[in-house]
Amino acid sequence: MFWQQLVNGLTLGSTYSLIALGYTLIMGVLNIVNMAHGEIFMFGAFVGLLLVTHLKVNIFVAMLGAALTGAILGIILERVALRPLRRKAVSHLAPLISTIGVSIFLESVALKLFGPQSRDFPSSFTAAFEFGPMRISLVQIFILAVSFSLMLVLRFWLAKTKIGKALRATAENIETANLLGVNTNKIIVLTVSLASALGSVAGVLVGLSFNAVEPTMGITMGLKGLAVLILGGMGNITGAMLGGLILGIAEVFSVAYGNSSYRDAVAFGMIIVILFIRPQGLFGSRDQQGGK
Amino acid sequence: MLKIEGLVTGYGSIKALKGIDLEVPAGSIVSLIGANGAGKTTAMKSLSGLLKPESGRIIYKGKQIQGLAPHKIVSLGISLVPEGRNILSQMTILENLEMGAYQRKDGQVAADLRSVFNRFPVLEERKNQLGGTLSGGQQQMLAIGRAMMAKPDLLLLDEPSMGLAPMVVADIFKVIKEINQEGATVLLVEQNVRQALKIAHYAYVLETGKIVYNGTAEEVAANPRVKEAYLGGSKTTV
Ligand SMILES: Nc1ncnc2c1ncn2[C@@H]1O[C@H](COP(=O)(O)OP(=O)(O)OP(=O)(O)O)[C@@H](O)[C@H]1O
Ligand SMILES: [Mg+2]
Repeated sequence: MFWQQLVNGLTLGSTYSLIALGYTLIMGVLNIVNMAHGEIFMFGAFVGLLLVTHLKVNIFVAMLGAALTGAILGIILERVALRPLRRKAVSHLAPLISTIGVSIFLESVALKLFGPQSRDFPSSFTAAFEFGPMRISLVQIFILAVSFSLMLVLRFWLAKTKIGKALRATAENIETANLLGVNTNKIIVLTVSLASALGSVAGVLVGLSFNAVEPTMGITMGLKGLAVLILGGMGNITGAMLGGLILGIAEVFSVAYGNSSYRDAVAFGMIIVILFIRPQGLFGSRDQQGGK
Repeated sequence: MLKIEGLVTGYGSIKALKGIDLEVPAGSIVSLIGANGAGKTTAMKSLSGLLKPESGRIIYKGKQIQGLAPHKIVSLGISLVPEGRNILSQMTILENLEMGAYQRKDGQVAADLRSVFNRFPVLEERKNQLGGTLSGGQQQMLAIGRAMMAKPDLLLLDEPSMGLAPMVVADIFKVIKEINQEGATVLLVEQNVRQALKIAHYAYVLETGKIVYNGTAEEVAANPRVKEAYLGGSKTTV
C-alpha cells in the first residue's frame, strides 16, 4: 500500500514539477509570474489529444507537437504581453495582469475550438506490471520516464551548455549578462518558449494520466504549479522539482490514508506550514527572492 | 580610437551629462575623474550601451555607436568592468570567466584563460567556487579577468579601486597598467585621483555633468583647482 501510493504520488508529482519548472524558469529570468502558463499547459494537452485521435500519431510525436505549439505560444506571449512592458516605467504588476489577459483569451479560444466538455485521452498502452504488492501501469512508467528525463536534461543543459549558462547569468543579473555580450532579449524569448514547451508536454502527460482533457484544466493545474513555485523558493530549479514531488506525494497520501475530499486542503495546508517554517521556500535564500 | 562629442544623457528630466567631449587615443590610458555624482558612471553606461544618450555622438574606430545595445558594443571590442563589479555570485569563478568570452569564436579562449589565471592565481585556486564567496579585492580581479576574456580593444573601468584596501588598490592599478602595455586601450573612471593620474596618459575632470578641465595627466595633476579639489589634503585620496 505504502509503496504503491508512493509511486502514484511520484507520478502525479513529477507532472507538477514539470509545470512548476515553467513558472520557475520565467520567474528566474524575468522576475514575473506568468499567469498564462496553465492555459498553455491546457493547449498542449489538447494539441496532444488531437494529434493522437485525429492524426493517429504515436504519443512521442504528439508530445513533440504539443511542445512545438507551446513554444510558439510562448513566443507570442512574450511579444504580445511581456516585451511591450519591459523597461517601461510600469508597475511590476503589469505583466501579471497582461498574462492574466492572455490566459483568459486562451481559455475562451479553447472553449470555442474544443467545446466545454471533457474528452478522453485514448492511450495505446494499457498494460500494467506487478511488482510484489505494487501495480504500476505502463502509463505511469511513461509519465515518470518522460518527466524525469526532461528534468535531468534541463539540469544538464543549464549547468553545462553555453546557452544554459547564459540563461543562468541572465537570471542572476540581466544587465551584467548583457554587458558580457549575451543578447538577453533572445534569452528571454528562449526562456518563455522553453517554459511553455515544458508546460505543454506536462499537459499531454496529465491528460494521459487522468484520461481527461478539458478547457478548464489549466486553472487547477496552474494553481498547483504556482504553489510549487512558491514552495520551492521562487525561481529555484531544484526547489521546483522537489516541491512538485512533495506536493504530489502529499496529495496521494492524504487520499489514501485520509479523506479524498480533503486532498487539496491537506496539500495546501502542508505548503502553508512549510512556508511558516521557511518563508523563503525550500530552496530560496532570504536575500534572493525571485532569482535575483 | 574613441571620440565622444556633445554627449547628453539623462534620467528623465535630470541631465546627468550635459554635453561632454572626450577623446581616447589608441593605446593610451585616459582617466575620467570627478566627485560623487559628477556623472562618471552615467558616461560609462552610455558608452557601454546600458543607457541611451539623448544627443551627441560616440564614435569608435570611425563608426557611430551611440544607442547600440550592450551586447552589440561588446562585439565591437569594448568591455566594461562596471561599478560594483557585478560578479555573478551564483555562478562559479570559472563560469564567470567563461561568460566573459561568451561572444568569442576564435580558438584562443583557453590561452587567455591561462593568462588570466597566471595573472590572478587566486582565481585558479578557487575556480570551482561560487563568485559570491570571493572577497572584494578578489571580485575586482575576477571582474577584470572576466572583461579580459572578451579580448577587448577598449577596456572601460568604473572605479576599480572602490572599497578596496590600499595594498589591493596598488595591485589593481599595476594590473591595469600591464593590460594597457599588452595592447588594450583603457578608459579609467576613478575617485582615487592620485593613483589614476600616475598611470594615465590623459585625464578629464568631470563636474556635475560637464568636462571642466582636461590635458595630459601631468598637466591635470599640476592644475591648481584639481590639486585643491581632488589631490588636496594628502589623506583624502591615497
Ligand atoms: N537611476 C538614476 N535615476 C535618476 N538619477 C540618477 C540615476 N543614476 C544616477 N543619477 C544621478 O545622476 C547624476 C550622476 O550620477 P553618476 O552615477 O553618473 O555619478 P558618478 O560620478 O558615477 O558618482 P559616484 O562617484 O558616486 O559613482 C547624480 O546626480 C545622480 O544622482
Ligand atoms: Mg559612479
